[in-house]
Amino acid sequence: MTAETFLASLHLSTPEMILAVGAMVLLMIGVFLGEKSSGLVTGLAVGLLAVSGAWLIWQTGDGQAYNGAFLSDPFAKFMKVLTLVGSMVALIMSAGEARSTGIDRFEFPVLIVLATLGMMLMISANDLISVYLALELQSLALYVVAAMNRDNLRSTEAGLKYFVLGALSSGMLLYGMSLVYGFTGHTSFEGIAAALSAEGRSLGLIFGLVFILAGVAFKISAVPFHMWTPDVYEGAPTPVTAFFAAAPKVAAMAMLIRLVISPFEPIVADWQQIIVFISIASMLLGAFAAIGQKNIKRLMAYSSIGHMGYALVGLASGSMAGVRGVLIYMLVYMVMTLGTFACIMAMKRKDGNHVEEIDDLAGLSQTNPFMATVLTVMMFSLAGIPPLAGFFAKYFVFMAAIEAHLFALAIIGVLASVVGAYYYLRVIKLMWFDDAKGEFARPSGVLRLVYGLSGLFVLAYVLIGGPIGTAAEVAARTFF
Amino acid sequence: MTDWPILSFVTFLPLAGVLMLLLTNENSVAGRRNILNISLFTTLAVFVLSLIVWWSFDKSNPGFQMVEKHAWLGTGISYHLGIDGISVLFVVLSAFLMPFCVLASWISVEKRLKQYMIAFLLLEVFMIGVFVSLDIVLFYVFFEAGLIPMFIIIGVWGGKDRVYASYKFFLYTLLGSVLMLLAIMAMYWQAGTTDIAELLAYQFPRQMQTWLWLAFFASFAVKMPMWPVHTWLPDAHVQAPTAGSVILAGVLLKLGGYGFLRFSLPMFPLASEYFAPFVFTLSVVAIIYTSLVAMMQSDIKKLIAYSSVAHMGYVTMGIFAANTQGVQGAIFQMLSHGIVSGALFLCVGVVYDRTHTREISAYGGLVNNMPKYAVAFMVFTMANVGLPGTSGFVGEITVLVGAFRANTWVAFFATTGVILSACYALWLYRRVIFGALDKDSLKSLLDLSGREKALLYPLIVLTIFFGVYPAPVFDATAASVDVLVNNYTAAVQAAHDVALSAK
Repeated sequence: MTAETFLASLHLSTPEMILAVGAMVLLMIGVFLGEKSSGLVTGLAVGLLAVSGAWLIWQTGDGQAYNGAFLSDPFAKFMKVLTLVGSMVALIMSAGEARSTGIDRFEFPVLIVLATLGMMLMISANDLISVYLALELQSLALYVVAAMNRDNLRSTEAGLKYFVLGALSSGMLLYGMSLVYGFTGHTSFEGIAAALSAEGRSLGLIFGLVFILAGVAFKISAVPFHMWTPDVYEGAPTPVTAFFAAAPKVAAMAMLIRLVISPFEPIVADWQQIIVFISIASMLLGAFAAIGQKNIKRLMAYSSIGHMGYALVGLASGSMAGVRGVLIYMLVYMVMTLGTFACIMAMKRKDGNHVEEIDDLAGLSQTNPFMATVLTVMMFSLAGIPPLAGFFAKYFVFMAAIEAHLFALAIIGVLASVVGAYYYLRVIKLMWFDDAKGEFARPSGVLRLVYGLSGLFVLAYVLIGGPIGTAAEVAARTFF
Repeated sequence: MTDWPILSFVTFLPLAGVLMLLLTNENSVAGRRNILNISLFTTLAVFVLSLIVWWSFDKSNPGFQMVEKHAWLGTGISYHLGIDGISVLFVVLSAFLMPFCVLASWISVEKRLKQYMIAFLLLEVFMIGVFVSLDIVLFYVFFEAGLIPMFIIIGVWGGKDRVYASYKFFLYTLLGSVLMLLAIMAMYWQAGTTDIAELLAYQFPRQMQTWLWLAFFASFAVKMPMWPVHTWLPDAHVQAPTAGSVILAGVLLKLGGYGFLRFSLPMFPLASEYFAPFVFTLSVVAIIYTSLVAMMQSDIKKLIAYSSVAHMGYVTMGIFAANTQGVQGAIFQMLSHGIVSGALFLCVGVVYDRTHTREISAYGGLVNNMPKYAVAFMVFTMANVGLPGTSGFVGEITVLVGAFRANTWVAFFATTGVILSACYALWLYRRVIFGALDKDSLKSLLDLSGREKALLYPLIVLTIFFGVYPAPVFDATAASVDVLVNNYTAAVQAAHDVALSAK
């Protein structure tokens, strides 16, 4: 690598560089200022993510860097912006609640920045090795974050569970990658694709593919690798759960899209059936298992499993329309999730105790009509009822499935969405039809801002959906 | 008149009312009054606008009028509005019933009035939106969005089993509709457009028509509702507040029939012809079976709900008879039923507000102290039976003539429904109005108040007016229905010719 190409590579990866260097500086600030610095470090971390995002949008061009291990293209940009926004909003929301949820440490924002860095690298990774390294950077940060409230039994349990299962999935992913390397002789995505088109597939390669998909399915919490999700969602402090539910899912989904569409494009028929299976299983499990939940964070965990299933419906079609559908879906999903978690974080009694039971929402429409309205809009949107954003997200993925003649997938999908509507309706029923048992404290301004804006987005999607769809289409065209 | 987007105004004007309501405060007498006045004024303004639409509608033009079209979401879907002879009167009907809903809720809604009115105004947006949409995705959006306010209305302001009823209403309707959504997508990939006007001109292959027809049928049959998927309706009607029942019976049930007329019949003529005997069977079963069920009800609202299912049986029968009389009659029957059943629910509301019970056995002898109410209730009961001189008669006789032309036996069995409807309706009337006034709880009841007169008298006038002089309705629908029926007949004929020449 000459100095010139190195400089070009650095230029392409500047947003990541900003995060990497910034994280170390923040760590230094934290170490030297001590425990009291967590507020300052959080603020600086948000600024860092914003600067990185701004650079990404206005300064970064397209191209390959570091000998093809890193790729910057419209698709990567779209997903990175989503990830950055997701991390940023989660951090901002956590600021007000850090003390009461036990994550009031300066390491928290630093770890979030590092995890975000890992996610951005995952999205841009164009080589099996860089995929793995990026994934581990992200995962290691997340394991620690899950156990952030270290004096709390459930939080540490969540961290441990996440770590053990996550390590297992990383192992599977690595094993799959080694098989793919063994049978194609390449680790770069272009190389694998070229080898597959030239030589066709072998049995060993299919094994490798299955292991890789299993490893990634764990990261997006798709069935049958979803078991960690409800426990980790429930155990981790709520601001952490809000973070887990948004940005890492987006990044892992981006990685999955690039993996199957880019190196494994020649064997589309093979991965398509796996994705179809995972998708159907996730939608059904997400719909049925959520019905019996009492804890709203567990409910959201099953809901997110289901939603990953819906997003995969688009990917299963393997077409431009499908990828565009997934991109729109992930965007809408992220907004809905962040908005919902902002409401969940606002479920705080007047004595400062956080509550998490769904029943605690009873009568919210009388005690806090604004929050109840936003949460209702979120629930209807998650259920996919028009004219809210969630409907259009589902519309585009199912549209792609119908185009690809995946009728069984589409029919099972919409039927699962009716089952899913049942438990979303339960939340709405509690808020509107039942009488209030107790009041929540007035939510902090930040939380009100976050859920207010998310509600506005979900409602106004009918007006602003055009440019979003166009952006997603530009991003999806990268592959086709 | 078409140089300003009048249809968008009619559709979205209630949103202005919603915005104003958001600024009010219901915790005082004056605030309550403000909420009611704003709601009434908004719904009246929408009604006046809808009358302007009707007035400026060109009856001789069978195509779509007052068209507005803009690109939307950048993916082939367009914001495309317009009306033709089939939809124009439904717009007027929806706008017409809303002021009555506001008036009906004037006193009876005691808690959370502001949210109640907001839900109703939103519902009005979605209902009118369904009838003016000329893009199938836009249609679906409005069609489904109506579930949200109705779910809340039934669940918050409903009766004792409101939760069960609201869930059942929501999930039943959603289940039917999602299959239609898939069919809409399949149509998009086949025809390359979601524009209704273009889809009407497109000919789908026979095999595909069958599947698409079934998917649309799943949605509209539930919405209609047709036997055997009607079970959500009695629950929803009984539990909903009076105004909710009025809208449910008056407008929401018409969405199914409108859907059949707008999509099933013209877009899938071959499948419609193929499935017509199936629909006839279901319709006739609905007419006879639900009439018998209605007879045995002990709850007034439930009785009227079952009678609605029976009357909707006439509508489906008329639509799939697919001749001019059948379709014209079906449209007339829907409009007439919208007024009559809405009025019947208002009548129930009048006594329910006084006694807080809907049990038939709790009433009797009301004619003695509520003579004006007895007269009003009688007119609507007779219209429900289909007595000549009321609007109910015109609809039923026209549908039956259409059915007779299509299939004599169907007409024969359906006609028994007229007798059965007389049985349950007159019996209900006898038990509630006549007899001795010996129940203490009823003796002190007052006759209609000024507000209630304002609710019921205009409806009496309309019921009799359209019974005697139905021409305004038939004139408006004639041209569009002719085109629909002719296209249908031509498509079916062409398919038969092809089949014959292949032999």
